[in-house]
Amino acid sequence: MNMQTTSRLTAAETALVEAFGAQIGELPGNGAVIGTRDRLLDELKKAGLPTRRIEAWHYTDLKNLLRSVPDAALVSAIDPIAPLVEGSKVLSILQGAADAKAAVDGVEIALFKDRLADGSAVAGLTALDKDDAIGRINGSFVRDGYAITVPANAELEAPIELQALHAAGQVHTRFPVSFGAASRATIIERHRSVTEDAAFVSSISDITLEDGADITWIILQTQGAADTHLGQIRVQLGTDAKLRLFVINAGGKLVRQELRIDVVGEGAELTLRGVNLLGAESHTDVTLVLGHNVPNTNSTEIIRNVVFDRANGVFQGMIRVAPDAQKTDAKMSCNTLLLTDDGGFSAKPELEIFADDVVCGHGATVADIESSHLFYLMARGVPENKARAMLVNAFVAEIVEELEEEKLVEALEGVISAWLEKHA
Amino acid sequence: MLEIKNLHARIAEDGTEIIRGLNLTVKAGEIAAIMGPNGSGKSTLSYILSGRQDYEVTEGDILYNGESILELDPAERASKGIFLAFQYPLEIPGVATMQFLKVAMNEQRKARGEAELTTPDFIRRVKDAAEKLKIDQAMLRRPLNVGFSGGEKKRAEILQMALLEPKLCILDETDSGLDIDALKIVADGVNALKSPDRATIVITHYQRLLDYIVPDTVHVLYKGQIIRSGDKALALELEENGYADIIGEAA
Repeated sequence: MNMQTTSRLTAAETALVEAFGAQIGELPGNGAVIGTRDRLLDELKKAGLPTRRIEAWHYTDLKNLLRSVPDAALVSAIDPIAPLVEGSKVLSILQGAADAKAAVDGVEIALFKDRLADGSAVAGLTALDKDDAIGRINGSFVRDGYAITVPANAELEAPIELQALHAAGQVHTRFPVSFGAASRATIIERHRSVTEDAAFVSSISDITLEDGADITWIILQTQGAADTHLGQIRVQLGTDAKLRLFVINAGGKLVRQELRIDVVGEGAELTLRGVNLLGAESHTDVTLVLGHNVPNTNSTEIIRNVVFDRANGVFQGMIRVAPDAQKTDAKMSCNTLLLTDDGGFSAKPELEIFADDVVCGHGATVADIESSHLFYLMARGVPENKARAMLVNAFVAEIVEELEEEKLVEALEGVISAWLEKHA
Repeated sequence: MLEIKNLHARIAEDGTEIIRGLNLTVKAGEIAAIMGPNGSGKSTLSYILSGRQDYEVTEGDILYNGESILELDPAERASKGIFLAFQYPLEIPGVATMQFLKVAMNEQRKARGEAELTTPDFIRRVKDAAEKLKIDQAMLRRPLNVGFSGGEKKRAEILQMALLEPKLCILDETDSGLDIDALKIVADGVNALKSPDRATIVITHYQRLLDYIVPDTVHVLYKGQIIRSGDKALALELEENGYADIIGEAA
């Protein structure tokens, strides 16, 4: 590293470069993996963290927002916690390290660090495009995770909870998951901090749904108030596959959740629902890039945001319909309850349609609580603060209730009301 | 029980005066009907009594059991026993009907210094009241008023009234949109609540509802004032001759 390069880097960029240097020889991987890591870090160093001049990062100027990165040094041991939904099979990742003894009946589970060591993970480590900062960071630093294969026709009764807990420092995890044809499962990807100390987390889930798989995937992010969380889920949807993807953000200081979804099989259906509970001085960005690449596929996307304090939120929703993807049906909406004068929300829906026989629509609203609703509840004797809380809760609970699995709905509603009680 | 004295009120947003010197007294045990043509201020009066913030009182006072309620918010008025059955009950997605009923009942009890209801006690009360109003249990499992028909919404309002046991009931055009069977069910529900310590104000356009809920007094509201008061016979007179004669006399 020469002096000129160093001077151009921000404190956070410098910390990342130094952390990489400090971990040489420690990060798992064969020669090919190490070569890829070196290349990704080099790209990161050259491009720097993305700024608002990069279109995909326009509302989340990472270079400016990411002020520092904590040391990568490992901290003291953490114990697993009870699963979100009782009876779930828990696969814990504590401070970025998977459990070698983890097992779920009827499912193949491997440690991601072994995939790095034998080099089989190398293809997936690359960045998705030149602006994929999360791909570069995660690919450079990832240490562990679970590689999961759900066999064809498997029907998993209990949800699998990927329980990612951390205390502080840096944590980089990855979860390649493949769902065999006609399999059914519910996965809860849960990211949670167990301390108030700052952490820097990146996590990528790389999931494939084979033909006819029917999957519910929940991302529940409840990081600490000082944490940076960079998440990405890469999805391939096969023929007649159905995916219900729920993303809930209820924590973190600087959060970006990227949803990179490709619909590649006819008859596939995506149901995307997002709930963003934003408070304090946080910045939370959900960015969707969805490709309808073949004919006869459907998707609906509904994002609900609640903004308190000095929080800022972003939703970017790009839907691309390929030239031969006729009969695509896609509807996207983003609704925000803005309950403060000091916070904000930016919504950028985009449709790029190259086919001529499609139904695509989008809408975005930003509003305060409906005064007539508030009056109705108060006219029945519900005090104003409680009536407001009920209406805010209702605004997001409506989305969660679509999940239908009672225990899961109850658990998520519990997370939401606990958050609202603390912040509203 | 209720004394409205020289009340003047306007729409807060644009200053349009709707109530212009209204005087009205309703005693405990009384059923008072307020009738009047469209635009006379009937619904506005019901909103002002229940404390909706879209309106401003510029003059006069509203006394409830001898005390002014103008400074109280809608929730405080409700816990003192004022209940408005809405002309158009609102659909509130995401708020479960049962949860709403429980919160409303318990918040009112809390405000009055009473113990909260136990869950079994609450469920029993709702079940009993719902049966009387022929309200299906499935309806109670839906979000508040969401997907209810017009008649179901009105019955749900009366259910809330029965459960909250208010002292002053204000029914705003409760008959609108009801067929005759639903009208009878609703009227029976209202009549079942009649008691010497409870007053009811029935706001209506038509005499029809008053065949089932028989008023002690009838008042004609026009341009924000009560221009004529009488007994049940006044309602019949209006039914036969319309409002024109009475309005002519007042002018």
